[in-house]
Amino acid sequence: MTIAARLLSRLAPHAGGYIADARIRPIEYLPWVVAIIIYVAAPEYLPLGSYILILMLFALSLDLILGYGGIITLGHTAYFGIGAYSAGILAKFVTAEPFTGLVVAAVCAGVFGLITGAVILRTTGLTLLMLTLAITSICYEVANKANDWTGGADGLSGITMNPVFGQFRFDMFGNTAYLYSLVFLILGWWIVRRIVYSPFGASLAGIRENPVRMHAIGAPVYGRLVVVYTISAMIAGVAGALLTHTTQFVGLKVLGFELSGDLVVMLILGGVGRLYGAIVGPLIYLVAQDLLAKQYPEYWYFWIGALLVVIVLFARGGLLGIVDALRARFEKARGR
Amino acid sequence: MTPVLETRALCKSFGALTVADTIDFHLGAGARHALIGPNGAGKTTFVNMLTGRIPPSSGSIMLGGADITAASQSERVKRGLGRTFQINTLFRNLTVVDNVALSVAERTDVGGGLFGVASKQKAVVAESMDLLGSLGLADDARATVIGLPYGKQRLVEIAIALGLKPKVLLLDEPAAGVPSLESHRILEVIAALPSDIAVLIIEHDMDLVFRFAKRITVLAQGAVLMEGTPAEIRTDLRVRQVYLGEDHV
Repeated sequence: MTIAARLLSRLAPHAGGYIADARIRPIEYLPWVVAIIIYVAAPEYLPLGSYILILMLFALSLDLILGYGGIITLGHTAYFGIGAYSAGILAKFVTAEPFTGLVVAAVCAGVFGLITGAVILRTTGLTLLMLTLAITSICYEVANKANDWTGGADGLSGITMNPVFGQFRFDMFGNTAYLYSLVFLILGWWIVRRIVYSPFGASLAGIRENPVRMHAIGAPVYGRLVVVYTISAMIAGVAGALLTHTTQFVGLKVLGFELSGDLVVMLILGGVGRLYGAIVGPLIYLVAQDLLAKQYPEYWYFWIGALLVVIVLFARGGLLGIVDALRARFEKARGR
Repeated sequence: MTPVLETRALCKSFGALTVADTIDFHLGAGARHALIGPNGAGKTTFVNMLTGRIPPSSGSIMLGGADITAASQSERVKRGLGRTFQINTLFRNLTVVDNVALSVAERTDVGGGLFGVASKQKAVVAESMDLLGSLGLADDARATVIGLPYGKQRLVEIAIALGLKPKVLLLDEPAAGVPSLESHRILEVIAALPSDIAVLIIEHDMDLVFRFAKRITVLAQGAVLMEGTPAEIRTDLRVRQVYLGEDHV
């Protein structure tokens, strides 16, 4: 077996199920090793790096419901934004202790996810899509009007976070922010991975594949979708809180439709329902955005669009889908 | 024989159109019963009412002596009602063993577990593999369903339903669309179903019906035309009229 084939065989998509090997493969540590290398080797990129890590966590939360649960949404920023604002308001008016902020953000986003999920998950398809858009639009307007609490269109400023563990201040170079974001990304990845490989995760795959049959085998489809939606909202809320803590500012953008759309694009680029699509997608998207914006300040989004068109036309499983296709080809060749 | 499944005056209307008209039906424990009727007779509507996919307009459904008319689909399954579908309703991109394991896991209340690892549910996997082995699908267990021949996919349909260990099994045209070379395997599987399962087969293939069923109910225009043994059905003038038309009788 060639080195390439060996490498590809270790990159099987993370689909879960009853015969899937749930053990963590050595290659799965690669993103975290790369993240540490970047921390050491490229300190000038840490502010951008921590933003990418936060969006990876946010994309993971989306992948859990879209890729594994089959819940179509364009309004996941509602939970990200609620996490960001609740962490910001808490830090400004109550306590600036970061871990308390993360817990409060997770609870606020989770409760909102539970309530909204219980309503909208009775629908499917375009109706569901429109409802997710409506929810994030309502949140946006509420945040815009609640000037005293959110700062309205000017954003919520004046947040000063306490040092992490009382020791590590959020400095302007992004050292603490980067490691803080990385730790919670790894925790979020571990939780999502556990869910994917659990019996609950297997049943989510069943619901995504065929909800009619899941009803026919007695699965409480609606209840399971509400549960996963709530968990996803909590993770998105934590991602939002991380953004607040690391930037010490909350703008209306965190609830905007644009970010929702960008997040879906990132996940499609990386590969939906593959776990690591949520790691690869934001990395490629945001690095490309950074580089292209320097080269083509006015047209950078054109190139992002072109990349998306190429991916959708030629690699429908995203960048990791290309890896899957190559692996399948190698395995077929070995079988001959 | 005490019925395990019974309907009393079951009706279903869509506006002015009545698709199920006062259906009284009962299925005894371990029965081998067929439900036949021409296209549009209301067979699939009847099955969908039994399984809870659509609510009846009036009447009641009893399963194991309990009224399940208002019960959800999952409650009916928990009480022992399993079904297959006329058109394959499978988890197409999952492996064959996962298709069955999902069903076994739901029956054993493992399916909602958030904290365990699915592949460590050895009992679920072992039971699924045994079931696949008994249906001659052991070699295909790790294959993705979408890549299987159609006949084997029909067997997976049955395997998923059997994974629920149902007391009552509704087989909706189990051999529909299967080439004759493969259909004999499906007939063997149906013939070998455990005798404690009451089976209701909905089928157009009269050869299969007469070989399998001990009793047959004929539906026409949403109502029960008659019920009897295969011999009675075969010779009944009304049944021949419904299937062949007035001129041919």
